[in-house]
Amino acid sequence: MEASSLSAIWLTLKLASLVTVLLLLVGTPIAWWLSRTSSRWKGAVGAVVALPLVLPPTVIGFYLLLFMGPHGPVGKITQALGWGVLPFSFTGLVVASVFYSLPFVVQPIQNAFEAVGERPLEVAASLRASPWDAFFSIALPLARPGFVTAAILGFAHTVGEFGVVLMIGGNIPGKTQVLSVQIYDYVEAMEYGQAHILAAGMVIFSFLVLLALYGRRAYKGWSR
Amino acid sequence: MSLNFRKPSILAAASFALVTLCWQARADEVQVAVAANFTAPMKAIAAEFEKDTGHKVTASFGATGAFYTQISNGAPFDVFLAADDSTPIKLEKEQGIVPGSRFTYAIGTLVLWSGKEGYLDDKGKVLKKGDFEHLSIANPKTAPYGKAAIETLTRLELLESLQAKFVQGENITQAYQFVSTGNAELGFVALSQVYKDGKITGGSAWIVPANLYESIRQDAVILTRGSNNPAAHALVDYLKGSKAVAIIKSYGYGL
Repeated sequence: MEASSLSAIWLTLKLASLVTVLLLLVGTPIAWWLSRTSSRWKGAVGAVVALPLVLPPTVIGFYLLLFMGPHGPVGKITQALGWGVLPFSFTGLVVASVFYSLPFVVQPIQNAFEAVGERPLEVAASLRASPWDAFFSIALPLARPGFVTAAILGFAHTVGEFGVVLMIGGNIPGKTQVLSVQIYDYVEAMEYGQAHILAAGMVIFSFLVLLALYGRRAYKGWSR
Repeated sequence: MSLNFRKPSILAAASFALVTLCWQARADEVQVAVAANFTAPMKAIAAEFEKDTGHKVTASFGATGAFYTQISNGAPFDVFLAADDSTPIKLEKEQGIVPGSRFTYAIGTLVLWSGKEGYLDDKGKVLKKGDFEHLSIANPKTAPYGKAAIETLTRLELLESLQAKFVQGENITQAYQFVSTGNAELGFVALSQVYKDGKITGGSAWIVPANLYESIRQDAVILTRGSNNPAAHALVDYLKGSKAVAIIKSYGYGL
C-alpha cells in the first residue's frame, strides 16, 4: 500500500470520528426538541434536518462551495473572523460532513427519545428530579441503543461520503484527500491494483459496520 | 374506431408520419465521449454537424481517464475525443479502436487564469511573488493539463515553493470551477475555457509559453463499437473539415 493511501485512511478515520462526536453533541438537542415539541416549526425543522437524505451531493457541494467561498455569506464571516475560507480545508470538510450526515444521527436518537415516552420522565419529576437530572439519568440511558445506532450510522456515512468532498475538497493529500476520493483517483489513473486494496477494504469495513448494526437489531429489536 | 383512408386529410397525416419515420431512421446517432476541456467547441461543432448532415450527436463530457475505464468496460461510445494522445494509443494497442482512425484533432494551450481583472501580468510574475492562498490545477495523474501545469512549474523552479498551495480538481472543468467561484485566486486551466474569438472572456490570464510544457496533443479515435456506424465516420471526417477546424481554432487550440 502506498503512503498516500495510508494517509487517506488516517484522514478519513480522523474526519469520521470528529464528525461523529460533533454530530452527537449537535444532534441530541435537536432530536430531543423534535421528539418533545408540539411547535408548528417541528415539521419545518424536521424537513431541513432530513434534506441531505434526498438532495444529491452535487447540490450540497455546489452550494457549500458558493456559500463558504470568498463571495458567499459564510465565507465573508469566516474571513472577517480571520479564519480564511473553508473550502479546501479539513475544517471545511468537517462542517460539510456535519450537515451531510445530520439526519443519520438525529433520526435514530429522535426515534429512541419518542420510544422512551413521557411516562418515565413524569415519574422522575414526581420524585422531584429536575428536568436536567431526569434527562441525564432517565432519558439518556433509556435511549442508549438509539445513540449507538446514530453513532454507527453517522460514522459510516461520513466514511462513505464522496460527492460533497470531491466538490469542496480540492484533493489535498493529508488535508482533504479522503479514502473515497483516493479510490476514484486510482481508478481514473488506471492504477487498479491500488484501487482494489482500498475498495475491497471499504467493502469489508462497511459490511462489518452494518453487521454490528443489524446484528444488534436482530438481537434486541429496533432501537430499543 | 376504424381508420377511413378515403378521407384525404387522414391519408395525408398518415403518409407524413411515415415519411418522418423513414427520414429519422436514415439519420444515424453517434455517441461521443469528449474530454472536459473540449466541451464548448464540441457543442458548437455538434450543432453545425447536426445541421449539415442530419445525424444526431449525443456527447458526454468528462475526464479522459474515467472514459478509458468506462470504454474498456463496455461503455456505449462510438467516438472518443481524448485530452491526450497516450490514452487513445493505449486503446489502439488493446485493439479497442477502428485501425487507422486515430488522429490529432486539437493541440491544447495551457493558461494561468484568475477571475480578477488585472491580477495576472503577461509574464506570470504573480507565481514568483506567491501572495495567494490557493493555486488550482487539474489532477496531474489523470488530466493532461494538470501534468502540463506541473511541467511548467518545474521549469520555472517554483514547484516546491508552490506545492503547498495546490488545490486539485478531478478534471480541468473542476480546476476552472475553483477559480471561477473565487475559492482559488488563480489556476492553470485550458485556454479553451476562458477564450473566445481571439480574446480572454473574463478576468485576467497569462498564456503559458509553449516551451514550458510538453505539447498537449489531443487525439480522437473511432471505437470498435462505432465501426459500422456511418454517423461516427461522418463526425470524424467533419472534425477534420475546415468548418470544424475554424471553430476549434477560435477557442484557442493549435492545429
